Amino acid sequence: MPPLATDLAATLFLDNDERAMLAGERGEAARLAMRILVRLAPLYGADRLLPITRAHIDGCIYEGDAGLEFAERLAEHGGRVRVPTSLNVVSLDHRHWRQLGIAPDYAAKARRLGAAYVAMGATPTFTCAPYQTAAAPAFGEQIAWAESNAVAFANSVIGARTNRYGDYLDISCALTGRVPAAGLHLDEPRLATSVLRLVDLPPELLARDDFYPVLGYLIGELASEDIPVVSGLAAAPTDDRLKALAAAAATSGSVAMFHLVGITPEAPSLVDALGGRAPRREIRIDLPMLRRARAALTTSGDAEIDLVAFGSPHCSLAEGRAIARLVSGQKAAPGVQVFLTTSRAVRDLLERGGDLATLTAFGASVTADTCIVVAPLVRPGARVLMTNSAKYAHYGPGLLGVRSVFASTEDCVASAVAGRVTIEDGPWAN
Amino acid sequence: MGELTRQFTGRVVVPGTGHGPALVTTEPLSFWGGLDPATGEIIDRRHPLSDRILTGRVLVLPRGRGSCSASGVLLEAIRNRTAPAAILTTSVDPIIALGAVLGDELYGLPLPVVYLLTADAAVIRDGDLVDVDGVGTVKVVPSSSRRDG
Repeated sequence: MPPLATDLAATLFLDNDERAMLAGERGEAARLAMRILVRLAPLYGADRLLPITRAHIDGCIYEGDAGLEFAERLAEHGGRVRVPTSLNVVSLDHRHWRQLGIAPDYAAKARRLGAAYVAMGATPTFTCAPYQTAAAPAFGEQIAWAESNAVAFANSVIGARTNRYGDYLDISCALTGRVPAAGLHLDEPRLATSVLRLVDLPPELLARDDFYPVLGYLIGELASEDIPVVSGLAAAPTDDRLKALAAAAATSGSVAMFHLVGITPEAPSLVDALGGRAPRREIRIDLPMLRRARAALTTSGDAEIDLVAFGSPHCSLAEGRAIARLVSGQKAAPGVQVFLTTSRAVRDLLERGGDLATLTAFGASVTADTCIVVAPLVRPGARVLMTNSAKYAHYGPGLLGVRSVFASTEDCVASAVAGRVTIEDGPWAN
Repeated sequence: MGELTRQFTGRVVVPGTGHGPALVTTEPLSFWGGLDPATGEIIDRRHPLSDRILTGRVLVLPRGRGSCSASGVLLEAIRNRTAPAAILTTSVDPIIALGAVLGDELYGLPLPVVYLLTADAAVIRDGDLVDVDGVGTVKVVPSSSRRDG
């Protein structure tokens, strides 16, 4: 027997509004969402809930019928989000799934799932980079975000506050406008507990785009249970570089927050990031360690490639334009599938600016709303994936059954044209 | 048989009763990318339990790992009746607990989750018969004694 509402309320301090939701006075969807939140909150160490200003939902990725039944039940029972809510990628490109060869019954379920969340008042952003849209939070906002890369970016780059919210807890927070008062929503747990010092790195390495996902991948591996502070990044990287770094850190480890001295709002200095405390550990990051992290992202020794992918997290407009400039006037080799995965907003802007035509002429599929690891886009039988994304490189082998080659954007384009791996190691070379 | 039975008391994370043969690992496991909810098979090929079926077993593991989407996969397994009979962890893991709570709230299928001390969990061997009650009592009958008896 599930515990009674009165038993649940006894484990937490709840305000009148929260009690009304738990008692069903705000509708059945809010009651179910509040029950889930109240049962989970003590496990996070919370003794009360906190109001939030926005949410980002990951539960719209189709994983099976239970997730669909949950979302449709909440929507049927009149569920309405209480805060502005953005949606993560979904499992199909709403406008182009037929051309992409998606099975109709799969497409129908993926579409129903997205529609249920939209019916509850969520905005159909359908992107894993909500921080590069109007849904971005400001410094200090309490938010309930799902999607590991977005969580890491919100905490570490913006200074908004969120824990990693798992599937279906995200919508429970959005429907109640509350989160458990615990973890990264509070001051003390956000302080850094270990120091990662960049030492003796050549400036030309820090000037390359592919330095940032490699650094992130290493940070995730080294972080363990710590919140790391990284010192030694001289100039502030672009948002796109920080995006690649945060996504990689959240891929190789369960990193929800890190500090970059001089970049993270809460880390004007190393001492500030640590809150004046001594770190538990201090690790030097040098070029050989970064070389090893870069090498770990490549699991294929073949020269052949079947697939080149950009856009995990979703490409920004700047990234899409940069790739269009690189591919302009060229053609991908026959037999090599090329994907640029992005949001519908960015795809529309690429179309208006003429970049979409350039990318399409190259042979790239520019998909909206989804990506290659949550929708069946990759041709069956593909063996080797080449990508500039640490996240794609990491998840490709498990989720797509491919081996990965990680390289710079320029090398990915050159390889797509050549139909075989072409890499200039530059400052990465031994 | 009675004298060989061990009994531990853990902390109830998600209430419920369940029993079955233990499936034991000391490696954390991510259900996302690690469990096929259609079959109950562990599909993380780098995990020591790769290829094993966890359906109807009492899964004993330190904690989950990695992705937040693991709770969704556990919920699918509960709905498909491929889930374990119970899960015993040695640290409180909100992602596993969330999947079990959702199964209870949505389908009325409570998957018991109990938090055990590491030393107690270490006594449980693969194949031991484990019984979990609703208040945190975990009874373990070693598989050797069952064969002898």
